[in-house]
Amino acid sequence: MLPFLFRRILIALPTIILISIFVFGLQKLLPGDPLLVLAGEERDPEVLEFLREKYKLNDPIWRQYLAWIGNALQGDLGISLRTNQPVTALMAQKLPVTIQLAFMSMIFALVIGIPAGILSAVKKGSVTDYIANIVALSGLSIPNFWLGIMLILLVSVKWQLLPASGYVPLSEDFGQSVRAMLMPSFVLGTALAATLMRHTRSSMLSVLSADYVRTARAKGLAERVVILKHALRNALTPIVTLTALLFGELVAGAVLTEQIFTIPGFGKLVVDAVFNRDYAVVQGIVLVTAVGFIFMNLFADAMYYILNPRLRGQ
Amino acid sequence: MTDAALSAEPVLTAKPENRVWKKFRNHKSAMVGGILVAFFVLIALAAPILPIPDPAATDWGAVRKAPDWAHWMGTDEIGRDVMSRMIWGAQASLLAGVVSVSIAVVVGVPLGIIAGYFGGWTDAVISRCTEALLAAPFLILAIALAAFLGPSLTNAMIAIGISATPIFIRLTRGQVINIKSEDYVDSARAIGLPTPRILSRYILPNVLPPILVQATLTIATAIIAEASLSFLGLGQQPPEPSWGSMLNTAKNFLNQAPWMALWPGISIFLVVLGFNLLGDGLRDALDPREH
Repeated sequence: MLPFLFRRILIALPTIILISIFVFGLQKLLPGDPLLVLAGEERDPEVLEFLREKYKLNDPIWRQYLAWIGNALQGDLGISLRTNQPVTALMAQKLPVTIQLAFMSMIFALVIGIPAGILSAVKKGSVTDYIANIVALSGLSIPNFWLGIMLILLVSVKWQLLPASGYVPLSEDFGQSVRAMLMPSFVLGTALAATLMRHTRSSMLSVLSADYVRTARAKGLAERVVILKHALRNALTPIVTLTALLFGELVAGAVLTEQIFTIPGFGKLVVDAVFNRDYAVVQGIVLVTAVGFIFMNLFADAMYYILNPRLRGQ
Repeated sequence: MTDAALSAEPVLTAKPENRVWKKFRNHKSAMVGGILVAFFVLIALAAPILPIPDPAATDWGAVRKAPDWAHWMGTDEIGRDVMSRMIWGAQASLLAGVVSVSIAVVVGVPLGIIAGYFGGWTDAVISRCTEALLAAPFLILAIALAAFLGPSLTNAMIAIGISATPIFIRLTRGQVINIKSEDYVDSARAIGLPTPRILSRYILPNVLPPILVQATLTIATAIIAEASLSFLGLGQQPPEPSWGSMLNTAKNFLNQAPWMALWPGISIFLVVLGFNLLGDGLRDALDPREH
């Protein structure tokens, strides 16, 4: 297990370094000299020179990168131009909100996606299978921000059942917090459920034709036992790893969902930062989500390794 | 050999194009997808000649009018005809889908071929870069690029194109690795054909089918991405019509004018569904294993 993980981490390292170079390079895409904005109307050459020194812009570019990545490794991703707070502090503030959204969405996704996938695989070719496939494909094709808008229109504006926006921290009022997060996490969860359903279905289908499932049936086991104990257990292995890999979709979906339901999370932070031209925050978020994704990949590999005994001999 | 196998022979020796087309035609959902896509493409192309009002013309006498005979899809918050904006918006959406995927294919496929065919260090460098780009979630990457490049439809297309490139590098590389050990590639090398010729004559045509499938499916993703960016204000800029930015405005008028939010969403859904169905159908039709 340990050598395996060690090798995976070793492979991940260059990827992390490359993504950091890429994120650093983003600021070089900016049109014009950002310092001209900081220097004010007069653009006094002395002020400009002072600022260049201060931000080390006179150094060669690789030195600028090393300084930036050195700080990043120590948890310093710069200062938000807008709020003057450290970028890491801002992110730490918003992260719990998005984690709550992600967690609740995942529950929706798993509760809808996996049973639907099993059902449509077991009843392959039936009306149930057909309907489940159409619903899943529609789920993949509906822009989830539009689904959010339509839900607000029905549930909040027409029926007035749930609030259209507003966020209540979990620590303040658990019930209200969950209630406010219900619609956003449903919107985000259904998008993931579609992906999960399609993968569960194909994974179940390949397992259902395996020899050990036929043996289990031949032994005269009840169909329910065959499907839940023999088939599902094996079909779940790739699904566990897929769930970890859905992290990217989850983060991207959160950006739009938080925007629609005005939830003050990670996604709202990045969009606000883009509009406030708060580039340090944008860079920080891209770097952190990318590294987070790489770690989710490592986690997925480790899970696969644990769940799949055949790999252990290698 | 049995009689059944003998009688199946002529089908197998038919021209591959015909076989693929026949399979595709019998694929009901693929045909539905094809029709949906064709419908939106036609509408987008015909926008300049259709008898519809100017999409930017405001009419303060008809602000937020519900759909009626004069305005089939109603009017928006400053009295513009929603249907006209929908039709012109189709242009932006389809253009964004096609252009960004073209960027991804044109950049990604050659890099994938080089990585897969030459292997070694070239492969290592290209593959690590691909993984790095794949690590950033698609939309986050596109948002960041659009933010640094500045908001416009063109930049949104570039941002989406760059974000989609690694998918094509990875796919092509995998295909090439499978193909390069085939006998016909070995023979081409053995008779001394120059590498560029092997790549263009033997490798490229054989990696194209899966790329075509992926491109079709990625157009669907790209259209949603463009709508998302425009919805956030990072794509098509007002007053130019785009489905995403129409939704962005519409969400402020849900109480008074719900139809403003209805049409763009339905259209995005249908065109994306169309490309998804088409892609799935192409995959089945081009799969040589299933006859």
